[in-house]
Amino acid sequence: MADNTINSNIVFTYDSKARRSPAIEELLDTIRYRDLIYQLVRRDIVARYKRSVLGVFWTMLQPLGMMIVMNIVFSKLFGRIEGYIAYLLSGLIAWTFFSQTTSSAVHQIIWGGALLKRIYVPKTSFSLSSVGTGFVNLILSLIPLLLIVLIARRPVTWAVTFLPIPILCLTFFALGLSLILSTLAIQFPDIKEMYQIIIQAWMYLTPIVYPADILPETYRNLMLYSNPMYYLIEMFRSPIYNGSLPSITIIIGGTTISIITLLIGWVYFSYQSDKFAYLA
Amino acid sequence: MNPVIILDNISVRYHAPEQRINTFKEYAIQLFKRRVRIKEFTALSDVSLQVNRGEILGIVGHNGAGKSTLLKVISRVLIPTNGRVRLIGRVSPLLELGGGFHPELTGWENIFLNGTLLGHTSREIEARLPEIIEFAELGNFINSPLRTFSSGMVARLGFSISTTWKPDILILDEILSVGDENFRKKCNIRMEKFRLEGTTSLLVTHNLETLQTLCTHAIWLDHGVLKASGSPREIVELYRQSQLLTQ
Repeated sequence: MADNTINSNIVFTYDSKARRSPAIEELLDTIRYRDLIYQLVRRDIVARYKRSVLGVFWTMLQPLGMMIVMNIVFSKLFGRIEGYIAYLLSGLIAWTFFSQTTSSAVHQIIWGGALLKRIYVPKTSFSLSSVGTGFVNLILSLIPLLLIVLIARRPVTWAVTFLPIPILCLTFFALGLSLILSTLAIQFPDIKEMYQIIIQAWMYLTPIVYPADILPETYRNLMLYSNPMYYLIEMFRSPIYNGSLPSITIIIGGTTISIITLLIGWVYFSYQSDKFAYLA
Repeated sequence: MNPVIILDNISVRYHAPEQRINTFKEYAIQLFKRRVRIKEFTALSDVSLQVNRGEILGIVGHNGAGKSTLLKVISRVLIPTNGRVRLIGRVSPLLELGGGFHPELTGWENIFLNGTLLGHTSREIEARLPEIIEFAELGNFINSPLRTFSSGMVARLGFSISTTWKPDILILDEILSVGDENFRKKCNIRMEKFRLEGTTSLLVTHNLETLQTLCTHAIWLDHGVLKASGSPREIVELYRQSQLLTQ
């Protein structure tokens, strides 16, 4: 057994001392495990609808139902906005994607934590699959959104072809934040509860149900431009509701914020994730 | 000599707060009071080891001696605090992956979920699907949700998925007592086949009889230190003597 003459030609499958940078290694491993991410997304979608009669239609009915309720409550207040239901639903869909994805990522890493102590799995898989599930739901809810836009008689223009960009930005931002939250949540499980409160407050600070111009003029710009979700929701809403591209400030701001958040989240998570197994 | 596992001076130290801090609130309070005292706990200390191809290495030691930590280091779950781990080949931990199953999904769907968790691609799983189902003896249940399975069926399915592919390094944390007598026999045949085909196995068990009959080599861990290494008979003897002394 104890034999010190190790042939130097041996190629090791794993060498704990010859690791690349954690961020790159994690990326390569998620590519290798892409089928796992697909299976996790599939599991979340299939399991959610398995015992319901309407199945996947719930994905489309849920934002519609919420929109109807909010429309009844707020249309008196904001009725002056032309085609308020289209304004409301476009904001709501973008927001729901973001809030569901980040909350589910926190939930998933706590579930996956038990698994991570027993087998090797790329640890970003859980955030990636949450974003994947959210992405599928977002794409499905574009169908009722289109319907509402037509009902509200909003102009449908070539600007809708811009939509993949805001969707990509929303995905990047949600993934970056999910990774940061997961890293915290695995150490402090009560982050999950805390985040639910934060996300409630955040929603009310973002112009989703109300128009931006009702904010007091003195803080309006500060409140809007310091809120990443304002850029992303505007980017998503403008082509649908206004039928035109968002302003250049919004496009540049939104893209920069989402790319930077993703980079920070990915690097922070992958450098911290070696420690996860040490947390008893 | 044909080493497939080489451990050089492995140490694992857990840094844990003296009192377990579970919530961010507690942490903030403790931090504010400057009371987060970190205690170091050494789970493995300077362990060097080589395991050759085809060996079955038994690991003995009392609870908390570092056996599970050693297996975690080898299965890539834990990066050691110090030292170097080198492996050749695919490591497959054999454990009931209860956590990897979903009750609402069918047996068929769970095979894909579990298989990809173990690092296989969907295509690889597809190719072995009939074999997995047959070995697990699930019959028509394969299309029913997992929640309708008996616990024996779940265990059989887990075992079947994780042993369908011949691993290069097999990790056995406590020998499984899966299913009935008949199924256990099938499991043992499969293990024996792996051994003949050159799979290296690591075995942790409290049953010293099994260890002596199954293993080709053994080590004794005590408080994170590698106390002795040798033939299973020697090691079991040494371990028994030390236990008598402490009693």
